[in-house]
Amino acid sequence: MQQDDVVEPRVPVKDELKKRTVKGPDGFEFEVDPIHDYYCDARPEVRPGSYLKIVEDLFNWARSESLWILGFGTGCGAIEMRPLMTPRFDAYRYGIQWRPTPRQANLFVISGYLSVKTLKRVIRSYEQMQNPKYVVGLGSCTVNGGMYWDSYNTIKKLDEYLPVDVYVTGCMPRPEALLAGFEELKRIIRAGKGEGANLYAKNFDWYKANQKRVIHDWDMPDYNW
Amino acid sequence: MRTLLENLKERFPLGPITEQRPDLVFVTVERSGLRPLLAHLRDREGFTHLVLLTAVDWIEENLFQLTYLVHDRRRGRDIGLRVLVPRDAAEMETIHDLWPTAATYQRELREMFGIGFPGSPRVDEEFILEGWVDLPPYRRDFDTKAFAEEAFAHRPGRETHDPATHMRERLTAQGRAK
Ligand code: SF4
Repeated sequence: MQQDDVVEPRVPVKDELKKRTVKGPDGFEFEVDPIHDYYCDARPEVRPGSYLKIVEDLFNWARSESLWILGFGTGCGAIEMRPLMTPRFDAYRYGIQWRPTPRQANLFVISGYLSVKTLKRVIRSYEQMQNPKYVVGLGSCTVNGGMYWDSYNTIKKLDEYLPVDVYVTGCMPRPEALLAGFEELKRIIRAGKGEGANLYAKNFDWYKANQKRVIHDWDMPDYNW
Repeated sequence: MRTLLENLKERFPLGPITEQRPDLVFVTVERSGLRPLLAHLRDREGFTHLVLLTAVDWIEENLFQLTYLVHDRRRGRDIGLRVLVPRDAAEMETIHDLWPTAATYQRELREMFGIGFPGSPRVDEEFILEGWVDLPPYRRDFDTKAFAEEAFAHRPGRETHDPATHMRERLTAQGRAK
Protein backbone atom coordinates (compact mmCIF):
# COMPACT_ATOMS: atom_id res chain seq x y z
CA MET A 1 0.00 0.00 0.00
CA GLN A 2 1.18 3.46 -0.83
CA GLN A 3 2.20 5.28 2.34
CA ASP A 4 1.09 8.88 2.26
CA ASP A 5 2.82 10.00 5.40
CA VAL A 6 1.58 13.47 6.10
CA VAL A 7 3.64 13.91 9.21
CA GLU A 8 7.05 12.37 9.38
CA PRO A 9 7.47 10.53 12.67
CA ARG A 10 9.47 12.79 14.94
CA VAL A 11 9.94 10.22 17.65
CA PRO A 12 12.26 7.22 17.26
CA VAL A 13 10.56 3.95 16.40
CA LYS A 14 10.36 1.40 19.19
CA ASP A 15 12.82 -1.48 18.99
CA GLU A 16 10.20 -4.18 18.60
CA LEU A 17 8.75 -2.38 15.58
CA LYS A 18 12.01 -1.97 13.69
CA LYS A 19 12.77 -3.97 10.58
CA ARG A 20 14.88 -6.96 11.44
CA THR A 21 16.09 -10.30 10.20
CA VAL A 22 14.61 -13.30 11.95
CA LYS A 23 15.74 -16.90 11.87
CA GLY A 24 12.92 -19.39 11.57
CA PRO A 25 12.87 -22.79 13.29
CA ASP A 26 14.04 -24.40 10.04
CA GLY A 27 17.14 -22.23 9.99
CA PHE A 28 15.83 -20.09 7.18
CA GLU A 29 16.50 -16.39 7.58
CA PHE A 30 13.98 -13.78 6.49
CA GLU A 31 13.29 -10.12 6.99
CA VAL A 32 10.40 -8.87 9.07
CA ASP A 33 8.93 -5.40 8.97
CA PRO A 34 6.44 -5.63 11.84
CA ILE A 35 4.21 -2.72 10.96
CA HIS A 36 3.58 -3.96 7.44
CA ASP A 37 3.90 -7.70 7.90
CA TYR A 38 1.96 -8.25 11.09
CA TYR A 39 -1.15 -6.30 10.13
CA CYS A 40 -3.43 -5.98 7.19
CA ASP A 41 -3.50 -2.30 6.44
CA ALA A 42 -5.71 -2.29 3.38
CA ARG A 43 -7.73 0.90 3.25
CA PRO A 44 -11.33 0.75 4.40
CA GLU A 45 -13.94 0.79 1.68
CA VAL A 46 -17.29 2.44 1.39
CA ARG A 47 -20.01 -0.19 1.61
CA PRO A 48 -23.01 0.59 -0.54
CA GLY A 49 -26.42 -0.06 0.96
CA SER A 50 -28.81 -2.70 -0.33
CA TYR A 51 -30.27 -2.27 -3.79
CA LEU A 52 -33.80 -2.03 -2.38
CA LYS A 53 -34.66 0.65 0.11
CA ILE A 54 -37.10 -1.58 1.95
CA VAL A 55 -34.39 -4.17 2.51
CA GLU A 56 -31.97 -1.56 3.76
CA ASP A 57 -34.67 -0.24 6.09
CA LEU A 58 -35.16 -3.69 7.49
CA PHE A 59 -31.43 -4.02 8.02
CA ASN A 60 -31.29 -0.65 9.71
CA TRP A 61 -34.15 -1.55 12.01
CA ALA A 62 -32.31 -4.72 12.95
CA ARG A 63 -29.07 -2.82 13.49
CA SER A 64 -30.73 -0.25 15.68
CA GLU A 65 -32.01 -3.01 17.93
CA SER A 66 -28.66 -4.59 18.55
CA LEU A 67 -26.19 -2.09 19.88
CA TRP A 68 -23.20 -3.81 21.34
CA ILE A 69 -20.94 -1.45 23.16
CA LEU A 70 -17.22 -1.85 23.42
CA GLY A 71 -16.33 -1.81 27.11
CA PHE A 72 -13.57 0.77 26.85
CA GLY A 73 -13.77 3.65 29.29
CA THR A 74 -11.56 6.52 28.26
CA GLY A 75 -12.36 9.22 30.82
CA CYS A 76 -14.38 9.84 33.95
CA GLY A 77 -17.65 9.40 32.07
CA ALA A 78 -17.03 5.68 31.98
CA ILE A 79 -18.25 5.49 35.54
CA GLU A 80 -21.77 6.27 34.32
CA MET A 81 -21.84 3.08 32.31
CA ARG A 82 -21.68 0.89 35.39
CA PRO A 83 -25.14 1.79 36.69
CA LEU A 84 -26.35 1.36 33.13
CA MET A 85 -25.07 -2.18 32.91
CA THR A 86 -26.54 -3.13 36.24
CA PRO A 87 -30.15 -3.45 37.45
CA ARG A 88 -30.63 0.16 38.49
CA PHE A 89 -30.86 1.44 34.93
CA ASP A 90 -30.54 -1.82 33.06
CA ALA A 91 -29.72 -0.79 29.51
CA TYR A 92 -30.05 -4.40 28.38
CA ARG A 93 -33.81 -4.01 28.21
CA TYR A 94 -33.21 -1.62 25.28
CA GLY A 95 -31.18 -4.17 23.43
CA ILE A 96 -27.89 -2.63 24.45
CA GLN A 97 -25.09 -4.62 25.87
CA TRP A 98 -21.37 -4.39 26.57
CA ARG A 99 -18.71 -6.57 25.05
CA PRO A 100 -15.08 -6.98 26.00
CA THR A 101 -13.52 -6.89 22.56
CA PRO A 102 -13.82 -4.60 19.53
CA ARG A 103 -14.52 -7.56 17.26
CA GLN A 104 -17.80 -8.18 19.05
CA ALA A 105 -18.93 -4.58 19.32
CA ASN A 106 -20.48 -2.07 16.96
CA LEU A 107 -20.89 0.93 19.22
CA PHE A 108 -18.01 2.85 20.71
CA VAL A 109 -18.91 5.12 23.58
CA ILE A 110 -16.08 7.60 24.01
CA SER A 111 -16.67 8.27 27.65
CA GLY A 112 -15.11 11.63 28.24
CA TYR A 113 -11.72 13.21 27.78
CA LEU A 114 -9.33 11.52 25.43
CA SER A 115 -5.67 11.91 26.02
CA VAL A 116 -3.46 11.58 23.00
CA LYS A 117 -2.18 8.31 24.36
CA THR A 118 -5.70 6.92 24.70
CA LEU A 119 -6.71 8.30 21.32
CA LYS A 120 -4.13 6.03 19.78
CA ARG A 121 -5.73 2.97 21.39
CA VAL A 122 -9.19 4.24 20.54
CA ILE A 123 -8.32 4.53 16.87
CA ARG A 124 -6.97 1.02 16.79
CA SER A 125 -9.99 -0.35 18.59
CA TYR A 126 -12.40 1.58 16.40
CA GLU A 127 -10.79 0.30 13.25
CA GLN A 128 -11.05 -3.28 14.46
CA MET A 129 -14.79 -3.05 15.04
CA GLN A 130 -17.25 -4.60 12.63
CA ASN A 131 -19.08 -2.52 10.06
CA PRO A 132 -21.48 -0.81 10.40
CA LYS A 133 -20.25 0.87 13.56
CA TYR A 134 -21.30 3.88 15.56
CA VAL A 135 -19.64 6.32 17.91
CA VAL A 136 -21.26 8.17 20.78
CA GLY A 137 -19.33 11.04 22.34
CA LEU A 138 -20.14 11.22 26.02
CA GLY A 139 -19.61 14.38 28.02
CA SER A 140 -18.48 17.92 27.34
CA CYS A 141 -14.91 16.82 26.96
CA THR A 142 -15.66 15.11 23.68
CA VAL A 143 -17.66 18.09 22.41
CA ASN A 144 -15.30 20.99 22.98
CA GLY A 145 -12.74 19.89 25.51
CA GLY A 146 -14.91 20.44 28.57
CA MET A 147 -12.86 21.36 31.55
CA TYR A 148 -9.77 19.98 29.85
CA TRP A 149 -10.02 22.56 27.10
CA ASP A 150 -6.54 23.93 27.84
CA SER A 151 -4.82 20.69 28.69
CA TYR A 152 -1.57 19.81 27.00
CA ASN A 153 -2.61 16.24 26.49
CA THR A 154 -6.29 15.88 25.62
CA ILE A 155 -8.02 16.41 22.32
CA LYS A 156 -10.88 18.87 22.25
CA LYS A 157 -13.04 17.92 19.31
CA LEU A 158 -13.69 14.27 18.84
CA ASP A 159 -15.22 14.43 15.37
CA GLU A 160 -11.92 15.57 13.91
CA TYR A 161 -10.51 12.15 14.62
CA LEU A 162 -13.47 9.75 14.41
CA PRO A 163 -16.92 10.05 12.86
CA VAL A 164 -19.35 10.72 15.71
CA ASP A 165 -23.06 9.91 15.42
CA VAL A 166 -24.38 11.34 18.67
CA TYR A 167 -23.03 13.60 21.35
CA VAL A 168 -24.41 13.41 24.87
CA THR A 169 -23.58 16.58 26.72
CA GLY A 170 -23.05 17.08 30.40
CA CYS A 171 -20.19 16.82 32.84
CA MET A 172 -20.86 14.10 33.47
CA PRO A 173 -24.15 13.07 31.86
CA ARG A 174 -26.52 11.03 33.98
CA PRO A 175 -27.32 7.49 32.89
CA GLU A 176 -30.76 8.73 31.82
CA ALA A 177 -29.08 11.15 29.42
CA LEU A 178 -27.05 8.32 28.03
CA LEU A 179 -30.19 6.22 27.55
CA ALA A 180 -31.78 9.14 25.71
CA GLY A 181 -28.64 9.32 23.60
CA PHE A 182 -28.97 5.65 22.72
CA GLU A 183 -32.60 6.17 21.73
CA GLU A 184 -31.50 9.06 19.54
CA LEU A 185 -28.85 6.87 17.99
CA LYS A 186 -31.49 4.26 17.22
CA ARG A 187 -33.59 6.87 15.46
CA ILE A 188 -30.56 7.94 13.45
CA ILE A 189 -29.78 4.38 12.44
CA ARG A 190 -33.38 3.65 11.49
CA ALA A 191 -33.40 6.78 9.35
CA GLY A 192 -30.37 5.37 7.53
CA LYS A 193 -28.07 8.12 8.76
CA GLY A 194 -25.74 6.04 10.91
CA GLU A 195 -23.09 6.07 8.24
CA GLY A 196 -20.04 6.64 10.40
CA ALA A 197 -18.01 3.75 9.01
CA ASN A 198 -18.63 4.86 5.43
CA LEU A 199 -17.83 8.42 6.33
CA TYR A 200 -14.58 7.24 7.82
CA ALA A 201 -13.73 5.28 4.70
CA LYS A 202 -14.67 8.15 2.45
CA ASN A 203 -12.69 10.80 4.29
CA PHE A 204 -9.98 8.40 5.35
CA ASP A 205 -7.10 10.66 4.38
CA TRP A 206 -8.55 13.61 6.24
CA TYR A 207 -9.07 11.57 9.41
CA LYS A 208 -5.59 10.09 9.18
CA ALA A 209 -4.02 13.50 8.69
CA ASN A 210 -5.83 14.83 11.76
CA GLN A 211 -4.88 11.82 13.81
CA LYS A 212 -1.26 12.04 12.82
CA ARG A 213 -1.16 15.71 13.62
CA VAL A 214 -1.61 14.94 17.32
CA ILE A 215 -0.09 11.47 17.59
CA HIS A 216 3.60 12.10 17.12
CA ASP A 217 4.84 8.58 17.64
CA TRP A 218 2.69 6.98 15.00
CA ASP A 219 3.99 3.43 15.09
CA MET A 220 1.05 1.43 13.89
CA PRO A 221 -0.41 0.51 10.53
CA ASP A 222 -2.50 3.17 8.84
CA TYR A 223 -5.59 1.05 8.90
CA ASN A 224 -5.64 -1.67 11.44
CA TRP A 225 -8.20 -4.20 10.37
CA MET B 1 10.68 16.79 66.76
CA ARG B 2 12.70 19.55 68.49
CA THR B 3 15.22 17.09 69.83
CA LEU B 4 15.47 15.44 66.47
CA LEU B 5 16.22 18.77 64.82
CA GLU B 6 18.79 19.61 67.51
CA ASN B 7 20.43 16.25 66.88
CA LEU B 8 20.44 16.75 63.15
CA LYS B 9 21.85 20.24 63.46
CA GLU B 10 24.84 18.91 65.33
CA ARG B 11 25.66 16.40 62.64
CA PHE B 12 24.59 18.03 59.39
CA PRO B 13 24.63 21.54 57.99
CA LEU B 14 20.95 22.48 57.77
CA GLY B 15 19.51 25.46 55.95
CA PRO B 16 16.32 27.34 56.85
CA ILE B 17 13.74 25.34 58.77
CA THR B 18 9.96 25.74 58.43
CA GLU B 19 7.81 24.16 61.12
CA GLN B 20 4.54 23.52 59.41
CA ARG B 21 2.92 21.50 62.19
CA PRO B 22 4.25 19.92 65.36
CA ASP B 23 4.70 16.71 63.40
CA LEU B 24 5.81 18.18 60.05
CA VAL B 25 8.88 20.28 59.29
CA PHE B 26 10.59 21.28 56.10
CA VAL B 27 14.33 21.69 56.01
CA THR B 28 16.35 23.14 53.18
CA VAL B 29 19.65 21.36 52.67
CA GLU B 30 22.59 21.55 50.35
CA ARG B 31 22.56 19.25 47.40
CA SER B 32 25.61 17.36 48.63
CA GLY B 33 24.17 17.00 52.12
CA LEU B 34 20.99 15.32 51.02
CA ARG B 35 22.08 11.73 50.67
CA PRO B 36 23.87 11.36 54.02
CA LEU B 37 20.95 13.07 55.73
CA LEU B 38 18.38 10.81 54.06
CA ALA B 39 20.39 7.73 54.90
CA HIS B 40 20.71 8.87 58.49
CA LEU B 41 16.98 9.58 58.79
CA ARG B 42 16.12 6.25 57.30
CA ASP B 43 18.52 4.07 59.24
CA ARG B 44 18.82 5.82 62.58
CA GLU B 45 15.71 7.89 63.10
CA GLY B 46 13.03 5.57 61.78
CA PHE B 47 11.98 7.58 58.73
CA THR B 48 11.54 4.46 56.68
CA HIS B 49 8.90 5.62 54.24
CA LEU B 50 9.52 7.91 51.29
CA VAL B 51 6.13 9.56 50.93
CA LEU B 52 6.88 11.56 47.84
CA LEU B 53 9.48 13.25 45.76
CA THR B 54 8.26 16.22 43.86
CA ALA B 55 9.46 19.45 42.32
CA VAL B 56 8.51 23.10 42.20
CA ASP B 57 9.56 25.36 39.39
CA TRP B 58 10.83 28.68 40.79
CA ILE B 59 11.30 30.19 37.39
CA GLU B 60 11.95 33.71 38.73
CA GLU B 61 14.92 32.47 40.76
CA ASN B 62 15.96 30.11 37.99
CA LEU B 63 15.72 27.19 40.40
CA PHE B 64 13.97 23.88 40.76
CA GLN B 65 13.08 22.94 44.28
CA LEU B 66 12.99 19.20 44.95
CA THR B 67 11.08 18.07 48.01
CA TYR B 68 11.79 14.70 49.57
CA LEU B 69 9.10 13.92 52.10
CA VAL B 70 9.89 11.08 54.48
CA HIS B 71 7.68 9.62 57.16
CA ASP B 72 8.38 8.03 60.52
CA ARG B 73 5.56 5.60 60.99
CA ARG B 74 6.29 4.66 64.56
CA ARG B 75 6.24 8.20 65.92
CA GLY B 76 3.88 9.59 63.30
CA ARG B 77 6.01 12.47 62.04
CA ASP B 78 7.24 13.73 58.70
CA ILE B 79 10.25 15.64 57.47
CA GLY B 80 10.43 17.29 54.10
CA LEU B 81 13.89 17.92 52.73
CA ARG B 82 14.19 20.64 50.16
CA VAL B 83 17.02 20.86 47.70
CA LEU B 84 17.46 23.64 45.17
CA VAL B 85 19.02 22.86 41.82
CA PRO B 86 19.68 25.31 39.02
CA ARG B 87 17.08 25.26 36.30
CA ASP B 88 19.42 25.36 33.34
CA ALA B 89 21.51 22.44 34.54
CA ALA B 90 18.63 20.54 36.06
CA GLU B 91 20.17 17.42 37.48
CA MET B 92 20.20 15.63 40.79
CA GLU B 93 21.76 12.53 42.30
CA THR B 94 19.47 9.56 42.23
CA ILE B 95 18.29 8.01 45.50
CA HIS B 96 16.82 4.84 44.04
CA ASP B 97 19.35 2.82 46.00
CA LEU B 98 17.94 4.18 49.25
CA TRP B 99 14.29 3.75 48.24
CA PRO B 100 13.61 1.75 45.07
CA THR B 101 10.29 3.56 44.76
CA ALA B 102 12.16 6.80 44.14
CA ALA B 103 12.97 5.57 40.65
CA THR B 104 9.34 6.06 39.64
CA TYR B 105 9.24 9.59 40.99
CA GLN B 106 12.47 10.33 39.24
CA ARG B 107 11.12 9.10 35.94
CA GLU B 108 8.13 11.34 36.37
CA LEU B 109 10.27 14.37 37.21
CA ARG B 110 12.51 13.64 34.27
CA GLU B 111 9.53 13.63 31.95
CA MET B 112 7.42 16.40 33.42
CA PHE B 113 10.15 18.85 34.53
CA GLY B 114 13.13 17.66 32.56
CA ILE B 115 15.23 17.10 35.67
CA GLY B 116 17.87 14.48 35.05
CA PHE B 117 18.70 11.70 37.49
CA PRO B 118 21.70 9.93 35.97
CA GLY B 119 21.87 6.27 36.93
CA SER B 120 18.27 5.89 37.95
CA PRO B 121 16.64 2.84 36.36
CA ARG B 122 14.80 3.50 33.06
CA VAL B 123 14.83 7.20 33.79
CA ASP B 124 15.13 8.22 30.18
CA GLU B 125 12.26 6.09 28.96
CA GLU B 126 8.83 7.53 28.38
CA PHE B 127 6.76 7.45 31.52
CA ILE B 128 3.23 8.76 30.95
CA LEU B 129 3.47 10.83 27.82
CA GLU B 130 3.93 9.22 24.46
CA GLY B 131 5.76 10.86 21.65
CA TRP B 132 6.15 14.15 23.48
CA VAL B 133 8.11 16.62 21.40
CA ASP B 134 7.79 19.91 23.26
CA LEU B 135 9.17 21.37 26.50
CA PRO B 136 8.49 19.23 29.58
CA PRO B 137 4.87 20.19 30.32
CA TYR B 138 5.17 21.00 34.02
CA ARG B 139 7.84 23.63 33.48
CA ARG B 140 6.35 27.01 33.96
CA ASP B 141 7.74 28.38 30.75
CA PHE B 142 5.66 25.80 28.90
CA ASP B 143 2.49 27.61 27.89
CA THR B 144 -0.20 24.94 28.23
CA LYS B 145 -2.99 27.03 26.78
CA ALA B 146 -1.05 28.14 23.74
CA PHE B 147 0.08 24.59 23.17
CA ALA B 148 -3.44 23.19 23.40
CA GLU B 149 -4.75 25.84 21.06
CA GLU B 150 -2.11 25.11 18.51
CA ALA B 151 -2.02 21.35 18.76
CA PHE B 152 -5.67 20.36 19.05
CA ALA B 153 -8.61 21.15 16.83
CA HIS B 154 -10.99 23.54 18.44
CA ARG B 155 -14.75 23.87 18.30
CA PRO B 156 -15.87 27.49 18.14
CA GLY B 157 -18.68 28.76 20.31
CA ARG B 158 -17.23 28.01 23.67
CA GLU B 159 -18.15 30.49 26.39
CA THR B 160 -16.61 30.91 29.77
CA HIS B 161 -17.96 32.87 32.66
CA ASP B 162 -16.06 33.94 35.68
CA PRO B 163 -18.44 32.63 38.35
CA ALA B 164 -18.24 35.75 40.53
CA THR B 165 -18.95 38.25 37.72
CA HIS B 166 -21.56 36.05 36.20
CA MET B 167 -23.51 35.70 39.43
CA ARG B 168 -23.18 39.38 40.21
CA GLU B 169 -24.65 40.29 36.84
CA ARG B 170 -27.44 37.83 37.19
CA LEU B 171 -28.25 38.70 40.75
CA THR B 172 -28.03 42.48 40.50
CA ALA B 173 -28.63 44.28 37.20
CA GLN B 174 -30.71 41.69 35.42
CA GLY B 175 -32.19 40.17 38.50
CA ARG B 176 -33.53 43.51 39.66
CA ALA B 177 -34.72 44.52 36.21
CA LYS B 178 -37.04 41.54 36.19
S1 SF4 C 1 -17.11 15.81 30.51
FE1 SF4 C 1 -16.70 16.00 32.71
S2 SF4 C 1 -17.18 13.96 33.54
FE2 SF4 C 1 -16.90 13.74 31.33
S3 SF4 C 1 -14.77 13.19 31.06
FE3 SF4 C 1 -14.92 15.41 30.86
S4 SF4 C 1 -14.47 16.16 32.91
FE4 SF4 C 1 -14.98 14.01 33.11
